[in-house]
Amino acid sequence: MLELVDLSHTYGSYRAIDRVNLKVAQGEVVCIVGPSGCGKSTLLRSIAGLIKPTGGTVLLDGKPVDGSPENLAVVFQDYSRSLYPWMSALANVGLPLRRRGLDRKRRDAAAMAALEQVGLAGAAAKFPWEMSGGMQQRVSIARALAYQPKLLLMDEPFGSVDAQTREELEDLTLRVCAHHGMTILLITHDVDESVYVGDRVVVLSKAPGTVVGDLTVQLPGPRDQIHTRELDAFVRLRAEVGRLVRGMTPHRNGVETR
Amino acid sequence: MRRATSGVLRFWIVPVTLVLWELLTRMTESPFFPPPSRIVGQFYDMWLSGPVSQLLLTDSALDTFGPSLGRLLAGWTIAGVLGIALGVALGRIRGLAEYTDPVLQFLRALPPPLLVPIFFVLFKIGTPTQLAVIVFGVIWPVLVNTTDGVRAVDKGFLETARVFQFSRYDILRRVILPSAMPKIFAGLRLSLSLALILMVVSELVGSNSGIGYSLLYAQQSYDYAGVWAHIVLLGVLGLLFNALFLVAEGRVLSWHANARRNV
Repeated sequence: MLELVDLSHTYGSYRAIDRVNLKVAQGEVVCIVGPSGCGKSTLLRSIAGLIKPTGGTVLLDGKPVDGSPENLAVVFQDYSRSLYPWMSALANVGLPLRRRGLDRKRRDAAAMAALEQVGLAGAAAKFPWEMSGGMQQRVSIARALAYQPKLLLMDEPFGSVDAQTREELEDLTLRVCAHHGMTILLITHDVDESVYVGDRVVVLSKAPGTVVGDLTVQLPGPRDQIHTRELDAFVRLRAEVGRLVRGMTPHRNGVETR
Repeated sequence: MRRATSGVLRFWIVPVTLVLWELLTRMTESPFFPPPSRIVGQFYDMWLSGPVSQLLLTDSALDTFGPSLGRLLAGWTIAGVLGIALGVALGRIRGLAEYTDPVLQFLRALPPPLLVPIFFVLFKIGTPTQLAVIVFGVIWPVLVNTTDGVRAVDKGFLETARVFQFSRYDILRRVILPSAMPKIFAGLRLSLSLALILMVVSELVGSNSGIGYSLLYAQQSYDYAGVWAHIVLLGVLGLLFNALFLVAEGRVLSWHANARRNV
């Protein structure tokens, strides 16, 4: 459903990403992992239409993307700059639904349902500044859920919360988003997280970022923070992705490489 | 502890000043500086000895305050609406501010009281001219602050709006304006105190009603206690407006105060 063809972007003379090619199928959860400064965010911002890439194309359902595509939601890393502090959680989640032509009552109902799914039904009337970072990021996820996009982009979504909250949010993403059959592209610098959350892990090299590895994750579901992470397959994959991220030659035993 | 002390201090400084003032003016016996007790007496006789049904205000008080406060609030409201509308346009339409800046800076530098003769020619003598003076004088803080505020909207807020494809109206109404609201309110507050001053100034020339006119009248009848009573009245009105404004601001911007406290 999403296809990147030779996607490149340069800021002045700085090449952030260089000829990235990637195909994502409907319903896949793809994690993009890479060292810091590998152009991960540039990649996501190009897909979201927030910047115009200097080269290559983004195809969504076969059609080239120009501007911000329909049916696309983003969960940003910095929730404090993405949730509006002058609105309650409910209003924040319901706001994007205005353009779907829903009346107030149905917007509120949809927003409430989404907040329930992320376990925040009781905090609907709260304002972002009354919530912890983890709660705010749940609201961001709820906003994306209520919007029902076909493609959900997540830009280091759990980068600003503590480790426990991070695990909770990873599980929440797996559970809730899988339930909706959404296609997810999650960007992270965390090797563990990419293997734990993804159906597929795509590794980008240092800048200029380009695809250096594309691994299928075959782990038994449902995944579990403790058990999944101690499986041999998980440990092997993690090592493999870790090597790729550090730019070492990959070991190819036991891991299916595309 | 320190808070309590400073509170007491603030309260007793007022009576001490009053007593000193009373003693000094009684000693000098200058006709231009009547003692505060006489000023208060005059204040009471003129405006506060009315029937309970009028909240103790006399007919003279209603006749004097009514037109003045009406002009003040009307002028301030018009200036607020115009200032916000123009400020949003200047802040969001690329290039517009650069084109219009010289003209705006020129207009802003003109002292509104000096424009009274021109407004006399342009508008009718009386309320329209007074409104024009107030609007022209108080629009600038709102205009400048709104322009600043709508320009300084966090990029993250706008990117979110773009990704979720908010309509232009929603971006303005639910993202840009609320985000600029703290600055807009700062401008409105400054304008309100300016509006009080310009109301009096505009009534000093070519008016036959209002607080300014009444002040002039008292001066011309050598009623210095009356003149001082008007000055006290303006101070009280300024205090009152500021307090009311802060209450309104607290309600509208509670998110802002709280969001900052929690960061």
